Amino acid sequence: MKTKPLALEHPLPLAVRPAEHLPATSDWSFELIETYHRTIRATAERFGLDTYPNQLEIITAEQMMDAYSSSGMPVNYRHWSYGKEFISTEKNYKRGHMGLAYEIVINSNPCISYLMEENTLAMQALVIAHAAYGHNSFFKGNYLFRMWTDAASIIDYLVYAKNYVAACEDKHGLETVEAFLDSCHALSNHGVDRYRRPSRKSLAQELSERIDREEHAQRQVNDLWRTLPRALHKEGAAPEAKRFPDEPQENLLYFIEKNAPLLEPWQREIVRIVRKVAQYFYPQRQTQVMNEGWATFWHHKLLNTMYDDGFLTDGVMIEWLTSHTNVVYQPPVGHRGYSGFNPYALGFAMYTDIQRICEAPTEEDRAWFPDIAGKPWLPVLDHAMRNFKDESFIGQYLSPKLMRDFRLFAISDDEKQADYEVSAIHDDAGYKRVREALSRQYDLGSREPNIQVWNVNLRGDRSLTLRHFQHNDRPLHDSGQEVMKHVARLWGFGVHLESSNAKGDVTKRFSVPAPS
Amino acid sequence: MQQIIDRRLAGKNKSIGNRERFLRRHKEQIREAVKRAIDGRGIRDVERGEDIHIPKKDLTEPVFGHGQGGVREVVHPGNQEYVRGDKIERPKGGSGGGSGKGQASDQGESEDDFVFALSKEEFMQVFFDDLALPNLVRTQLAEMPEWKSHRAGYSNDGTPNNLHVVRSMRGALGRRIALGNAPRRELHEMEARLAEMQAALQPGDAVAEAAIKELAEEVRLLRARIERIPFLDPIDLRFRNRVKVPVPTSKAVMFCLMDVSGSMDEARKELSKRFFILLYLFLTRHYEKIELVFIRHHTQAQEVDEENFFHARETGGTVVSSALVLMEEIIKSRYNPSEWNIYGAQASDGDNWHHDSGRCRVWLSEKILPLVRYFAYVQVAEEEQNLWDEYMHLTAAHKNFAMRKAVEASQIYPVFRDLFKKEGAKAA
Repeated sequence: MKTKPLALEHPLPLAVRPAEHLPATSDWSFELIETYHRTIRATAERFGLDTYPNQLEIITAEQMMDAYSSSGMPVNYRHWSYGKEFISTEKNYKRGHMGLAYEIVINSNPCISYLMEENTLAMQALVIAHAAYGHNSFFKGNYLFRMWTDAASIIDYLVYAKNYVAACEDKHGLETVEAFLDSCHALSNHGVDRYRRPSRKSLAQELSERIDREEHAQRQVNDLWRTLPRALHKEGAAPEAKRFPDEPQENLLYFIEKNAPLLEPWQREIVRIVRKVAQYFYPQRQTQVMNEGWATFWHHKLLNTMYDDGFLTDGVMIEWLTSHTNVVYQPPVGHRGYSGFNPYALGFAMYTDIQRICEAPTEEDRAWFPDIAGKPWLPVLDHAMRNFKDESFIGQYLSPKLMRDFRLFAISDDEKQADYEVSAIHDDAGYKRVREALSRQYDLGSREPNIQVWNVNLRGDRSLTLRHFQHNDRPLHDSGQEVMKHVARLWGFGVHLESSNAKGDVTKRFSVPAPS
Repeated sequence: MQQIIDRRLAGKNKSIGNRERFLRRHKEQIREAVKRAIDGRGIRDVERGEDIHIPKKDLTEPVFGHGQGGVREVVHPGNQEYVRGDKIERPKGGSGGGSGKGQASDQGESEDDFVFALSKEEFMQVFFDDLALPNLVRTQLAEMPEWKSHRAGYSNDGTPNNLHVVRSMRGALGRRIALGNAPRRELHEMEARLAEMQAALQPGDAVAEAAIKELAEEVRLLRARIERIPFLDPIDLRFRNRVKVPVPTSKAVMFCLMDVSGSMDEARKELSKRFFILLYLFLTRHYEKIELVFIRHHTQAQEVDEENFFHARETGGTVVSSALVLMEEIIKSRYNPSEWNIYGAQASDGDNWHHDSGRCRVWLSEKILPLVRYFAYVQVAEEEQNLWDEYMHLTAAHKNFAMRKAVEASQIYPVFRDLFKKEGAKAA
């Protein structure tokens, strides 16, 4: 086997220049895909891309829509929201409002990439380079994925989840399970551990532990709630003195799974399933720019190298480049098609820019990036891919040149001011501020409200109090009230949410009484 | 290590279960929509899908998010003219440019409805649910008519029992001629030449003898070649081709009789419409061609088109027998009972001029029931009046008469129970 992963200093040379181009028909066949794949793999190896084994699956457009609507996974438990997703995807596709993505790739081992049968041969080559080598190496290399997800067991786990939910539906009724899943989904963004690494378990372990877990969990819950008010006269003082939990907890679903008084074992298991799935997707939400940028950079690099080496015809080149150009288009603000940053465009530009800084640094680059200017580009890029997430990646590598190219500017929106103010633009005075602002924009911590478990009234009405720590005085959306209804359903007793500002003063409360 | 797997044939329709869950969740809205659609459609085009609108707010899955306010700093690309410190007017009542979430377009706050198409099957399912049809009847209505196979020309392959011997032999003969004629002609020429040479042969002429021998050998080979042409070859075979065609063959006419006097309000008419639709659906399964005749009546009866039948407003008293008289006239003039299967469906609120009800009974039992296959009466009101009483006398004497009271859609089906039982053979 190969001894990896030591990033190559420089790309390896081409072994043999081919006598002729690879066939360039428009229709693909299995042999042709095989041929292209072999060449792409050989090229990727020359750049030292380290990937999981690849499994390419040919699917129909309809199957692509199926995969689309169950968050890209080949199996998942059943829920109406996936049905909704499917119906709207299908409708848009049939009316021609949208093309389907060319590819879906699953962070699993082996790494599964879907190729749609409608694609032409050139597009299949693009997808293989993009998904099976770009995304795949990112999944394997990036620290967030290494730490938070377990590629080897996710498919098995989802199969288990699907069967478990189906069994619950049989036993407890479709509507009960569905309502419960709705409530869990409402909190799924708050069901991840941000700082603690989850333990890796195989499916077999997961199953064998389930029974133990159910008993153990119930015992713990019983312990917690057994404390009858021993001395009634102290009641007024006691809750003030000691909170439960001692420290605020950020993983709401975990707290509910372990401590909610009335949940039945199957309900705790479903909370756990939703939590696990949310945890699996957590890294993806934090690495959109890096991940898509990386895959785009590599399909561009690999296919161009293959062209230079004489594998690809002009026709194939033009075809995939057309699609590449569309993918990396960034409409400017005010444009009809503008809806924020295009992660493909930003990520692709950044990796390309890093290579430029390594190979042909300007004085400005040397001043901003002394560590990497003039160094071999492959190891630098590899390092950048492995050790960052969007927020830190942008904070570290967004160069002044790129800010000028994109013509970035920051707008500050302060509730107390009548107008927006342009706080920084792409000039010497503004580079740092623009970069910081953009980096913050990709920080999940500031994108999503910071809500934690604050207190449980152990002695009295058993109500649960959550606390929202405002970021820059940004209030909670009114839909919070709806979410709290779901929290109440999970908790089983009254729930409160206090929204507190920087000074620690509570500025707004949401309350939902105990469900009857 | 690397693998390419063809998944195209595996696991289609994985989302069906999710779609069903979605439909179940929005059952109420869908039922409403189907109801509205039924009321708006003609009896003949009930069997179609329908677009269902569901307000977006009923579909949202709430999550904690940031609201308006506080301090934010958002970076945008494509600066044209701004420099630091420029003021930009705050857009009125909305989140300013891009909402700071990176991608706002697909979650925008637009209040459009979520629209999707209910397939024909799903539509009928909801309709049947409303009518509380038993399962057996559902399958009976939902399934395609039976098929009968018809001969349609010949084909090159098929099963031995469909082999057409004459055609096959004719083909074989043609092939044998086509393949054998040229060599046979050549053979004849050569034989003639051989005979000539043998006749002219001088004894001891070694050269001529060798030539004869050579020619004889050629003749032998050619003969063998001709003999090798098979008598019957697989390509000669012809089979009778059969295609399947739907069974319903005869024609039917369905009379819809409805009271449109002042006491029939919209709700009662809608109920009546479902009653007619159900009979129509039943008939479409059994007859190739169905004509509809609409007769509405108050004190007088008239034949109208469907639009006027359901939607025109009339007032006044009620003389039910007028409609029956008109029905009989129409049968006599246009639908000869020996050619047509005649079905009658009458809906009324039971209100009738009291001297008239007796005449209705007589007219029905003597003139109409002998002509029709089935006559169903639905009273869309609760109270029993004299028409109901008179009709009650008919049920015992005539097997092809059925009557029922229905004040909601689910009560309509029982009136047809006998009809479905009889025609549905093994019905429950």
